[in-house]
Amino acid sequence: MSEELNDNGSGEQVTMRLWRGDDTGGEFAEYVMPAQEGEVVLDVIHRVQATKAPDLACRWNCKAGKCGSCSAEINGRPALMCMTRMDTLPPGETVTVAPMRTFPILRDLVTDVSYNYEVAKRIPPFNPRPKTEDEEEAGGYRMQQIDVERSQEFRKCIECYLCQDVCHVIRDHEENKTAFAGPRFFARSAELEMHPLDVNDRRELLQQEQGLGKCNITKCCTEVCPEHIKITDNAIIPLKERAVDAKYDPVAWLGRKILNRSKRAPSEAAATSPATGPAAVQPAVAVHGIPVALDAADATTNGSSPRPSDSGTSAAESSAAEPSETDPSSTDQSPTEDAPTG
Amino acid sequence: MTDYETHDFDVIIVGAGGAGLRAAIEARSQGLRTALVCKSLLGKAHTVMAEGGVAAALGNVYSEDNWKVHFRDTMRGGKMLNNWRMAQLHAQESPDRVRELEDWGALFDRTEDGLILQRDFGGHRYARLAHVGDRTGLELIRTLQQKAVADGIEVFMEVKVLRLLADADGAVSGVVGYWRPTGEFVVFTAKAVVIATGGVGKSWMYTSNSWESTGDGHAMSLWAGADVIDMECIQFHPTGMVWPLSVRGILVTEGVRGDGGVLRNSDGKRFMFDYIPPMFAAETADTEEEGDKWYDDHTAGRRPPELLPRDEVARSINSEVKAGRGSPHGGVFLDIATRRTAEDIRRRLPSMYHQFKELAGVDITAEPMEVGPTCHYIMGGVRVDADSAATTVPGLFAAGEVAGGMHGANRLGGNSLSDLLVFGRRAGIGASEFASERTGSVTVDEGQVAAAIDAAVAPFEVESGENPYEIHHELQATMQSLVGIIRTGSELEEAVEKLDKLEERATRVSVSGGPRYNPGWNLTTDLPSMLTVSRLTAQGALNRKESRGGHTRDDYPKPVAEMGLVNFVQRIPGDPDADGVGGTPSIRSITVDPEPIPVLPDDLKELFEEET
Repeated sequence: MSEELNDNGSGEQVTMRLWRGDDTGGEFAEYVMPAQEGEVVLDVIHRVQATKAPDLACRWNCKAGKCGSCSAEINGRPALMCMTRMDTLPPGETVTVAPMRTFPILRDLVTDVSYNYEVAKRIPPFNPRPKTEDEEEAGGYRMQQIDVERSQEFRKCIECYLCQDVCHVIRDHEENKTAFAGPRFFARSAELEMHPLDVNDRRELLQQEQGLGKCNITKCCTEVCPEHIKITDNAIIPLKERAVDAKYDPVAWLGRKILNRSKRAPSEAAATSPATGPAAVQPAVAVHGIPVALDAADATTNGSSPRPSDSGTSAAESSAAEPSETDPSSTDQSPTEDAPTG
Repeated sequence: MTDYETHDFDVIIVGAGGAGLRAAIEARSQGLRTALVCKSLLGKAHTVMAEGGVAAALGNVYSEDNWKVHFRDTMRGGKMLNNWRMAQLHAQESPDRVRELEDWGALFDRTEDGLILQRDFGGHRYARLAHVGDRTGLELIRTLQQKAVADGIEVFMEVKVLRLLADADGAVSGVVGYWRPTGEFVVFTAKAVVIATGGVGKSWMYTSNSWESTGDGHAMSLWAGADVIDMECIQFHPTGMVWPLSVRGILVTEGVRGDGGVLRNSDGKRFMFDYIPPMFAAETADTEEEGDKWYDDHTAGRRPPELLPRDEVARSINSEVKAGRGSPHGGVFLDIATRRTAEDIRRRLPSMYHQFKELAGVDITAEPMEVGPTCHYIMGGVRVDADSAATTVPGLFAAGEVAGGMHGANRLGGNSLSDLLVFGRRAGIGASEFASERTGSVTVDEGQVAAAIDAAVAPFEVESGENPYEIHHELQATMQSLVGIIRTGSELEEAVEKLDKLEERATRVSVSGGPRYNPGWNLTTDLPSMLTVSRLTAQGALNRKESRGGHTRDDYPKPVAEMGLVNFVQRIPGDPDADGVGGTPSIRSITVDPEPIPVLPDDLKELFEEET
């Protein structure tokens, strides 16, 4: 079968440089594979598994860009392996695939993404207004298409966590993970805040517990989003604007200046819920399955465990200083300066 | 024996797709200690790939629609092999299940007066599918996932379940499995277990199914003594991608046809007009003009034949390709570009637009797609009681794709998402009631746990044995070529012989590396399930000597009336030796028997006499 699986006919080859290792260390290993027409990176990884390295760890499910499991850093750029066609990468050059850097390595290309599941639990859940009489009769809520579309954009999210991976606030600062929700969950909060039916108010929580102010809108998250969700423009900046009621945020101020956005109408923003404090909404959920390294004290930090580092190609290797919560000048840097360059 | 950890719950649900999540939400709401165990991360299950919508007779677009029409469509689509009671409950309850999703935060596309919009799909008389563009499955799983998290349901992620455990009386008492990240073993004891493991597509070469669809639930239930029915009824979705080869099988939603897309052969002809079966002739347009009028006004003409049930369309495509009128890469053309504006296409079918753009370099607003049948869904499955989702094994419940009966010989598009909501909830209730009434403590047979663990780790001890990837590849090639969309007796017999040999080879697999996140090893623990379900399908197909729905025999090309009245029931009788792969009963020990299907009551029978 080896021949069959490797049959390509063209005689061309591709060199894959894949991270092999676990939380104690590791190194890149090279695999030379026959090239095949129309393949994506994940196809080649699967052929490496079938013919050369049966224990090569790689997380995947749908291979159709819909489940968000196969996130990795391809030639330094955070991307889905199933949606990265080999023929979009520089021809003849080695293809480097490393695990997402922001999360602890479980093994090879697989990371421990439990941080995200923990953050998800701390978002105050959906809390709809009661149905009107007309709606009870009609059998369901009435909402206009134009009103649901704002939240629908964020509900396209496939939870690949590439935005979390690329975000400097946690990529280079493990210690921020305890007090920062990350772009994925700002989008989730935005989705709920803009949901036509939801009455919870998450603004104070966003500022005080989820570190909304730490985001310095470099737009890296938007750039890597495989669903093309405009996380920064459509989720984070509007959230910052809404949150200024609770806390003055100069970045939001600057964002408003630059983008000439107007604040949400007070009547629109006034919807509140009876109990929305962080303590009241933390469900006692345990998500098992992967070692949880959330607590800063026992976290396996990136610093202490050897990580795949590939300075030549690694994206977001930027020395971006710790994003400032108060210094508006941090937005002066052009978004592309920090952005991954593939 | 290797050590293992133990967790105790009232209800354990294996599988966290739509059915598993819905069952868990229900069991939790009944106040039971409930946990979900899933093979991947939460929110990644195959449900996420459902595109077109969830079928429910809400009547928001056509007020004429109601549960009786939905029931009738479902039964006719299933070629009357369906468990009528399941089809009835499904049609009656799906509207409430869909509205409930909205109460939990789902945001479906809207009608002009602000209600849930519904779209047309094959086999559904009225526009019936609630949807969100072409990513309805994602909306559904995310809504249920977020509800489950809000409700505090415990989730054990990336745990592969190996075997069901039973107590001395034969009632299910839990499951044994291992954590994929660490390779460590884990036992969950429970008063009731719900199996919601989805489908079996990964035994075929070209499939729309994700990595997880290895038939674990079908196989585990069978090994535990449950009856499994109609495993020969497999749906080949008519429109999978065919090129590039590496993406062959990836789904192209039926929504493309619901929204006006048409199928053409290499001559540019809309060939579906040549394939209208008598059963649907009365309600199908016979000219392009009539069919085209229908999209805007269903009373102006009959529905176009591109929207016949999936089995009919898949067979027609197959025939066109066979007759030499296919597309360059062995499919046919699906054309929406000449039928709708680019803006409409991008708005209504955003995922399809991106999928073709990014994976095939094809702009579907300007060019036709190349499509062909892909292994998509199994109608057969574990035999269940319609009302409670109970299997034939005490304490074991099944819901979603793993359960059989609901869809008969062929499933209508959109009926799967509604199925898993309706019967996920019912399985949650059924399991909760069983767990609440179960007396005495649940005991675990250490011998069963030890046997499962020993068998799972055995491939580590084998030196230079068989490569599990190679066996999987050969299994897929066998099922694709011999148990595919069109079958014949001699090929099915050849398939059974090949499966015997593959099973024998699979007992000698070896793996390299350690137990931590080792896909090669993980595959060795999936092979027993895949070999088992493949056998069930091949054996069922050999016995069903007729063509019906998702089962087509070249040597018996017509439906046979008597066969339409029986399920082919497969089970493992007695107390078999565990001499198959991974310490499971050998696939040779599976028996198959025809047994009568539940008889349709007279008041429902009338629905079919009034029409057609």
